[in-house]
Amino acid sequence: MTDTQIDPRGPRFGAALTAVLLVVVLLLGTSTAAVVVLAVVAASFALGVARGVQGTWQAAVFRALVRPRLAAPTELEDARPPRFAQLVGLVVTGAGLVLALFGLSAAVPVSAAIALVAAFLNAVFGLCLGCEMYLLGLRLRSRSA
Amino acid sequence: MPRLVLVLAVLAVATLLGLWWRSRNGRFTPVERSVLDRAARLDVAGLPASSGTTSSDSSAPRPSSSHATSSGPAVASRVDSLVTPDQLGVPLGATATFLQLSSEVCTPCRRTHAVLTALADERDGVTHVDLDVAEHLDLVRQFDVLRTPTVLLLDPAGVVVGRMSGATSRAQAVGALDHLRTPEESS
Repeated sequence: MTDTQIDPRGPRFGAALTAVLLVVVLLLGTSTAAVVVLAVVAASFALGVARGVQGTWQAAVFRALVRPRLAAPTELEDARPPRFAQLVGLVVTGAGLVLALFGLSAAVPVSAAIALVAAFLNAVFGLCLGCEMYLLGLRLRSRSA
Repeated sequence: MPRLVLVLAVLAVATLLGLWWRSRNGRFTPVERSVLDRAARLDVAGLPASSGTTSSDSSAPRPSSSHATSSGPAVASRVDSLVTPDQLGVPLGATATFLQLSSEVCTPCRRTHAVLTALADERDGVTHVDLDVAEHLDLVRQFDVLRTPTVLLLDPAGVVVGRMSGATSRAQAVGALDHLRTPEESS
């Protein structure tokens, strides 16, 4: 599993689908419907963490509908970075959900907005925000240890 | 409709972030010449950087206060801007060394690795070393590395003359090498 290579366009397409869902969350405000859609997004991230980004429903859509229409990928990428990004997404959206369940409804649009920035950057620019922050986390952890 | 405005604002912020990020990737930032010169001067004069002996004293004539370019023992105290072969694990390149700092959760690191490896293969005296940040936090701290990949360009003595971060293209890497060559020939 550690050496799994994937088509890099898959996670970017998946991030675009995630971004659309997060836009829906923002448009729904702090309603129950918004919480439900955010929960769907968080569950998708959880799936990506557990099975790798290639195991999400977004990846299934990519394989079924998009990849057959594309040329073969010019390069493959390691599956670990996008999987780490899924974990970052899960933490952000999961925190929003938990806070919402404790009555802090403003956490729903806030976490959705943060996750949307990350998903948008991933889809449009190929930037993995969680990966950029990985080293900062490593430095903080090693300092406190 | 304030919610729609919120969505557009978030996307606008993300776009600006993305453009800024993309413009920074692989850009070579040289260490300022004055910094390198000052480090070299301090070494030649053998001063431990104490405040007592400034040049205004004019009492002790220093052996060579000019820009002496001896690079032999001079490098010893340039600790802050210096990478040793021990830290690298391999000998320094005769012309230049690309010290790449990578992490496992980093796709652009692989692309940069391929670019620099190819360049090092083609050019005599150019070495490429790729180290994992998790195992070399000393280097990460020493050079304030904030993201991966970060590439430090070392001169033959191991002095860091500049750095790049983010996905680095071949043209950017070649440009960095040119930067290293120019000041050397002029001195």
